[in-house]
Amino acid sequence: MTARQLAKDPFNLIITGVGGQGNVTISLIIGNALVRDGYLVTIGETYGASQRGGAVMSHMRISKVAQYSPFIPDGCADVILGMEPAETLRMLGRYGNPNVLTIVNPRPIYSIDVTGGQAQYPDLNTLIDSVKKLSAKTWIINATEEAKKMGDPVFANAILIGAVIGSNVLPLNKKLTESILREILPREIKPNLRAFNTGIKLAQQ
Amino acid sequence: MAKIDIEAPGTSQLFIGNEAIARGALEAGIGFAAAYPGTPSSEILGSLASVAKESNIYVEWSVNEKVAVEAAAGASFAGIRAIAAMKQNGINVASDFLANLVMSGIGKGGLVVVSCDDPAAISSTNEQDTRPIAKWLDVPLVEPGDFQEAKDMIRWLFELSEEIGTVCMLRSVTRIAHARGNVKLGELPKKAKKAHFDQVHDLRNVMPTTFMPIPSPLRHFFQHIKIDKVRDKFELSPFNSYTGPDKPELLIVTCGSCWLYSQDAVKTLGVEDKVGILKLGTLWPLPEKFVEKHLDRSQKILFVEEIDPFLEQSIMELVANLKPAAPFPMFYGKRSGHINAYGELNPDMVIKAISTILGLTYQPRDTDYDSKASTLAKNYVPERSITFCAGCPHRATFWAIKNALKLDGRDGLVTGDIGCYSMALGPAGFFQVRTLHCMGAGTGVASGLGKLGQFGFNQPVLAVVGDSTFYHAAIPALINGIYNKSDFVLVILDNGATAMTGFQPHPGTGVTAIGEPAKVVSMEDLCRSLGARVEVCDPFDLKNTTATLLDMMNQSDGARVVIMRRPCELVRSKREKALYRVYINAEKCIGDACGCDRLCTRVFLCPGLTWDNETKKSKIDEVICTGCGVCADICPQEAIIKEEATA
Repeated sequence: MTARQLAKDPFNLIITGVGGQGNVTISLIIGNALVRDGYLVTIGETYGASQRGGAVMSHMRISKVAQYSPFIPDGCADVILGMEPAETLRMLGRYGNPNVLTIVNPRPIYSIDVTGGQAQYPDLNTLIDSVKKLSAKTWIINATEEAKKMGDPVFANAILIGAVIGSNVLPLNKKLTESILREILPREIKPNLRAFNTGIKLAQQ
Repeated sequence: MAKIDIEAPGTSQLFIGNEAIARGALEAGIGFAAAYPGTPSSEILGSLASVAKESNIYVEWSVNEKVAVEAAAGASFAGIRAIAAMKQNGINVASDFLANLVMSGIGKGGLVVVSCDDPAAISSTNEQDTRPIAKWLDVPLVEPGDFQEAKDMIRWLFELSEEIGTVCMLRSVTRIAHARGNVKLGELPKKAKKAHFDQVHDLRNVMPTTFMPIPSPLRHFFQHIKIDKVRDKFELSPFNSYTGPDKPELLIVTCGSCWLYSQDAVKTLGVEDKVGILKLGTLWPLPEKFVEKHLDRSQKILFVEEIDPFLEQSIMELVANLKPAAPFPMFYGKRSGHINAYGELNPDMVIKAISTILGLTYQPRDTDYDSKASTLAKNYVPERSITFCAGCPHRATFWAIKNALKLDGRDGLVTGDIGCYSMALGPAGFFQVRTLHCMGAGTGVASGLGKLGQFGFNQPVLAVVGDSTFYHAAIPALINGIYNKSDFVLVILDNGATAMTGFQPHPGTGVTAIGEPAKVVSMEDLCRSLGARVEVCDPFDLKNTTATLLDMMNQSDGARVVIMRRPCELVRSKREKALYRVYINAEKCIGDACGCDRLCTRVFLCPGLTWDNETKKSKIDEVICTGCGVCADICPQEAIIKEEATA
C-alpha cells in the first residue's frame, strides 16, 4: 500500500550518492511524479564540479502549501535515500534526527582519498550499524548487486526508486512514477521497469 | 532536460530555474538566443536549442559571451527580441560591449541579458556579484525569488526593455538556476517575426537608426532619464512584496533565493508574528518609494542577500537621504557580521541571524542524537575529493606532462585554465598546474613567463587550455606569444566538447547548437596559419605523448602547440562500447612487495582502481572502470591486463 498523504508538510527527502551514480535522474523522476500528483516540489542539487566523483546530494522539499527553499535545514530530513553507504552516513550526521527513515544501497564506492591512502573506508558492517543507529527504520536494498544480475549496475537507480514506493515512506504514486520512467528513460524502459518492480518487492520483504 | 515548449497553459511543470527562464523567453516571443556555456547558466540556451526548430527561433552557442551579446544586439537592432545568457564571469567578458550598448540604446526588439551568479563558486573560480555591475553599467536589473518568477520576469523584462529602449538584465543564482520547482505555464505566442534594420532617417521617429554611444555625456544623461522611468515602473512591480505583521519586531529585506531561505527560517523558528519579510524582485534602480513605505514598519532591519551588501548599501544610502534628522533604525547584515559577505547562504544561516537578533534559542534535534550523529559521521565518513572521471583523457595527459617535466629536469611548470582540467591543480592532475584565473589566462600568463629569459629565467613553460576555452579566449594570447616570440608550449586538451558545462559543441566540433552540421574551425590549421609548430598526440599513448612534449620543450622558436586529442569519456561512452576489458593478473601483482608504493591506486588515482584489503593487491572496480586501458601502461609489473573488448 502506498502512503496516501504526507506525514508532515514540508516533507524533506534527501537523495545522496557519488557523482556519476544517477542522483539527479532519481530526483528528477520522483520529483516529476509528485508534481504530476499535485504537489509543490523544490529540489536543490549539488552537481557541476561534484559530478566528477565527489559526494552529491539532492534535497527535495515536498509540500501541499508552499514552494520551499532548495535546502533542508540541518537535522530536518524525513527520509534519506542513500545510493552509497558512507554518503548515507554523511547525510545522517548533518540532517538526521530520531525520526528519520533511511533506505540504503550498501555497495561502497571508494574515493580517491581512500585509494590514495589519505583516508580510511570503514568496515561495511560498522558503517551499516551506524546508519541503523541513527535511523528510526532502515531498509537495506542491495540495488547494485541486483542490478548487476540484470546486466548493468545503472539499473540500481530504478530499483531504489521502487524501494521508495515499496517502503511506503512517502506518497509516491506507482502509476505516475512508471509513466515518468517511460518518459525519461524511453530507450531502456523494459529493464528499468523490471528493476523498479524488483525494488518495490525488495523493500516490502 | 524538460521539454520547455509544451502547449499546456495553466499546467504546473517541474523546471530548473534555467528552463523556466528559457520558457519565459519563448512566451515572450523571442527570435534570437545566444550564449557561451558556463555553470550555472548553460541550460538556458541548451533548452532553447532543443526546441529551436519547432519554435522558429535562432539559437547559437557563441564563441564567447561578448560575441553572444553583440550578436543578440544585432537581432535587436533589426527588430527581433533577443536574449543572451552567461555565468557571472561572462558578464566581465561582455561588459566592454554592454557599457557602450547602454549608451547607444537598443533597436525595436527587446534585449535581455541573463547572468547566473555562483555564490560560493561551486562551479567557478570566483563568486562575483552581478548586481553592482548592473548598477555601474546603468542597466535595469531584476532577480527572481523562485522558479515561477524566473519565467514570469523574463516576459515582463522584454516589455520593459522595448518600452524604455534599453538592454535589461536578470540576475539569477545557482540555487534558482540549478534548483527545480513548480512553474505554471503561460501561452506561447504565434506571431510571425520580421527582421529589418531600419536605415531611414526620420526626425519624428524617436527610435534611432544609428546605434552609437556618442556624444557620450548627452547619451549618459539620456540613460539616466530612462533609468528614472524604469524606477517608476519598478515602484508598481508585481515582483516586490511584503508579508508579515503590520509592525514586526524585525524586518527582513531580501531578494533571490535568500527570499526562500528567509521564509524557511521564519517558519522553522515559528516567528511569523514577529518577523516580516520585504522581498524585492526589482533591484536596480531601487523602487525607493515602495521601500520607504515598508521600512517604517520596524526599527530593526536585517538584510539577507548573496554576496555583496548590495541592498544593504542601497537602502542605507536611501535612508540617509530620506531622514537626515530622524533616528536611524538598527541595521543588521554584512556590516554588522550577522550575515556573511562571502559564500552562499542557507536557511540555517538565516535562522542563526534571526535568533541572535531576537535572543531566541534554536535546536533542531535533541542533544544525545546530535552528539551521536556527529561522532559517527566524523569517525566513519571518509573524505571524497573530486577527480577526473574513470577513462578521462586529462588524467593521461597530466601523467605525460608530469613525466615529461621530470625527464626534462629544468623545473618546468604548467599554467592552467578553466574547465574540468582545472582539477589538475590538485591530486587529480598530480598537482601539475600552478596558476588558475579566468578563461584564456593560462596562455596569456605563459606568454609573459616565456619572455623572462633576459632575467635568467630558464624553466620550460606549458600552458594547458581546453578546446572550447581555446576558441573563447586563448587565441589572442597565442598570437601575442607568436608575435612577440615568447618561449612556451601551448597544450590544447581537445576532448571534442565543452565538457565541464554539459558537452556543448564549439567551433571545432562541426556541429551547431541545434545539432546541425557546421564548418569545422580546425585548431591545428589555425595555429599553423599563425606560424606555430603544431603536433597532435593521443594522450592514451603515454610514451609518444611524453616524447613529443619533451621535444617541444626543447625548441625555442617562439610559442608552439601540442594538441592532445581524445574524446571526453562521458561523451564517448554514450555512443561506443569500452575499448578494453581491464583486470588484474593476481600472480603478477605482488602488492606492497613491489616497491612501486601502489603507483596505480595512490598516485595515478583513477577511481576505477581500488585496493583489495583482503588479498593486499590492486583491484579493478568493474562498476567504475570504463576500459580505457591507460593504467596497464603504468604498472611496473605489467600486472594490469587490457584485453580488446569483444562486442
